[in-house]
Amino acid sequence: MSGYFKELYDGGKSLVVGLGITFKYMIQPVVTLQYPHQTVAMPPRFRGHIDLVVDEEGNNKCIVCGMCQRNCPSNCISLTGEKPEGGKKKELTGYRLDFTTCSLCGICVESCPTDALLFSKAYNLAGYSKEEFIFDLLKRSKERQK
Amino acid sequence: MSPLPEIVRVLAFVLGAMAFVGLNAAFLVWLERKVAGHIQRRIGPKEAGPFGVLQSFADGIKLMVKQLVVPAKADPLLYRLAPALTMITAIMVFVVIPFGPSIVAVDLNIGLLLIFAIASINVLALLIGGWGSNNKYSVISATRAVSQNVAYEVPMLITVVTMVMIAGSMNLNTIVGNQGTILQWYIFPWNGSILLPVAFLIFFICAMAETNRAPFDLGEAESELVAGFHTEYGGMGFGLFFLGEYGHVFVGCALASILFLGGWQCPLGWLPGPHWLLLKTYLLVFVVMWIRWTYPRTTIYGLLNLSWKVLVPFSLAVLLVTAAMLKVF
Amino acid sequence: MNPLAADPAYETFVLNMGPQHPATHGALRIKLLLDGEYIVEAEPVLGYIHRMHEKMGENRTYLQFMPNTGRLDYLAALSYNHGYVGAVERAAGIAVPERAEYLRVITVELNRVSSHLLWLGAFVLDLGGFTPLLYVMDDREQILDLLERVTGSRLTYCYFRFGGLYNDVDEQFVPGARAFVKRMRDKLPMYHNLITKNVILRQRLEGVGYITAEMCRKYGANGPVARGSGIAYDIRKHEPYSVYPEFNFDIPVYDQGDSMARYMVRMDEIEQSLRIIEQGLDKLPDGPVMAEKVPKIIKPPKGDYFYAVEAARGFFGVRLVSDGTNTPYRLKLRSPCFSNVSLFGEAARGLLLADAVALFGSLDLVIPDIDR
Repeated sequence: MSGYFKELYDGGKSLVVGLGITFKYMIQPVVTLQYPHQTVAMPPRFRGHIDLVVDEEGNNKCIVCGMCQRNCPSNCISLTGEKPEGGKKKELTGYRLDFTTCSLCGICVESCPTDALLFSKAYNLAGYSKEEFIFDLLKRSKERQK
Repeated sequence: MSPLPEIVRVLAFVLGAMAFVGLNAAFLVWLERKVAGHIQRRIGPKEAGPFGVLQSFADGIKLMVKQLVVPAKADPLLYRLAPALTMITAIMVFVVIPFGPSIVAVDLNIGLLLIFAIASINVLALLIGGWGSNNKYSVISATRAVSQNVAYEVPMLITVVTMVMIAGSMNLNTIVGNQGTILQWYIFPWNGSILLPVAFLIFFICAMAETNRAPFDLGEAESELVAGFHTEYGGMGFGLFFLGEYGHVFVGCALASILFLGGWQCPLGWLPGPHWLLLKTYLLVFVVMWIRWTYPRTTIYGLLNLSWKVLVPFSLAVLLVTAAMLKVF
Repeated sequence: MNPLAADPAYETFVLNMGPQHPATHGALRIKLLLDGEYIVEAEPVLGYIHRMHEKMGENRTYLQFMPNTGRLDYLAALSYNHGYVGAVERAAGIAVPERAEYLRVITVELNRVSSHLLWLGAFVLDLGGFTPLLYVMDDREQILDLLERVTGSRLTYCYFRFGGLYNDVDEQFVPGARAFVKRMRDKLPMYHNLITKNVILRQRLEGVGYITAEMCRKYGANGPVARGSGIAYDIRKHEPYSVYPEFNFDIPVYDQGDSMARYMVRMDEIEQSLRIIEQGLDKLPDGPVMAEKVPKIIKPPKGDYFYAVEAARGFFGVRLVSDGTNTPYRLKLRSPCFSNVSLFGEAARGLLLADAVALFGSLDLVIPDIDR
């Protein structure tokens, strides 16, 4: 008989304690960020899609070795390059990144011998069709130079 | 000539009650989302209108413009009747609730009995909604809801009998009239029986269980039964269930404040009126919402054990002690 | 008598907790044979999210398979990373520097805490309590921010490499991790007061879904499921790997075998992980995070290698059969959730539907890990 009342009392006490905790949180300020009125600053190592590194003169550092294309697990990258007349090294003429299959593993950035790739900080990507996510990185790097 | 204005007055009141139930649901949807938001450390709706007040109207418009899809094998009459029945019972109960000293549609001497008689039809609405949907999940939830409602009618009615004994009448206006100032409210133990606060607690828990609010919402347990008895309802059918549920919540809390907290009476005695009833009722509704967002759901056995093994003995004890004390003092 | 009622199949009906259901945490189908609301038979049907990871392992080089390991059990991705790189390092004979080992353990334990926190929120959500999910998201956010600053990802990490790590931690990691440990220690009593001691939750979990030690051995169940049934087996203690022998921590074991025991095992594991993180931060040595001479193209010698780690959900094992080329011949991933879900068919007999949902939640399953 006393066990019955003790159970009731313990149960009731646990319920009241629970209510107290939620009330305490109800009157405290919220912890959420009101996106899109406020935005988050991306940390420096955030992995957005890759971009070509642009040095001070405005050129990219790619030597068209194809390591990133070979090492990519998802076959997202396809490069084209050619040797200009009178030049010694190959230059990049097109860099196509299919972001719809990229898994942001970082193997391309890691395996580039000239450190020509970096992660961008783009997280607000939105588009109406699949073609908008096939990036032409050479064109993007030229736009960044301007 | 005299019966005609009476009918007109009652009809006008019923129309007002329908409008009130709609606005009440809109307000309660907003309040629920805000309370849920702040308990969960986030803001609720904030984009539609200042503080999100237009959100419930946006939801209402969305529900109204949706196509009413009736499943092919659903029972045509029962499927359409269920949401309507929930709304009808919620509105009909408003006829006897006193909003002010003379603002009541029909001042029935058995008003309290009428409320319980009509509100009990709500469980029928759940049952035919669940059965008529021709969906196994809905049937399971409807049967759960029936056993839950039957189990919680008993302690609620025994507590109400206790209050009728103390007040001496089933007329709601008289019950409110007896509770003039705050010290005369029936929740306090010196107003008739020492176990009156216990009676209030029992009534409040039973009101939550009758209206299928968490932690007793096995009927609409979202994680187990997808959406329970309103799985197959979309658009305005779901909207009517929703409106009816919030209407019943309002009625349950209004009854609690009428029976125990003084209804339209001011705590200090001046300026009685409908604003006091609304204030007390919405305070109780806030507590109901606070409880919903804190606790997990009970099992069916926990629910039935709570009713038959705890609430019924306690309410019988309250009844006997009240009877004894009323005889002696 | 009604001729229909004489048919024994009239008593029961088949309910499909289909691939789309709020409580099955993914695309898992459970065929239930119900008698009223009691379960007569339960049969999980798998394969709705099979993505052929093991086949991909045969067609990708060792480095190219790294991102796949994060996608198996996405909530505890770092332990799966650890299992895979451990297997390849054991095969190719690559030694890992001290600092990398300590950082691996610290980040894996942080990931374990975040996985258990999410399990807690989702479990109580299944039981009907909507709020703790949001509270754990707040705490988890601190871990995810810490790990984002280090690795760049928030959920599906691809951070470990053969011979060490992708990069070193930044200077905010150590003070941030210490602050998190302190914050989490202050929060745990709140979770116990709000959830564990709540009479409604205790009624839901105590005595529900008994799994005996015998059943665990029969199905190969492991991890917190087995530790909640009295089997005191944890790979970190019984087959230690990495630098776990240097740490001082306990293994919570409960004997009762009901859902409450499994719940308490995971709550206590959060506390033990915090201890490990603290000790790791104290003992963190300086030095390189990548081994000196790691070949660019890894070709392990021919043979059969196995490496097992204690993931958040149990025993994760990687079996690597190498034929000397730069892609594996066979890569077998031993998934903990697969053995744990096999228990469900037998343990759910005779339970009510609501109790079966509680049992399912207490098994802590991530369906992509079952189907790989």
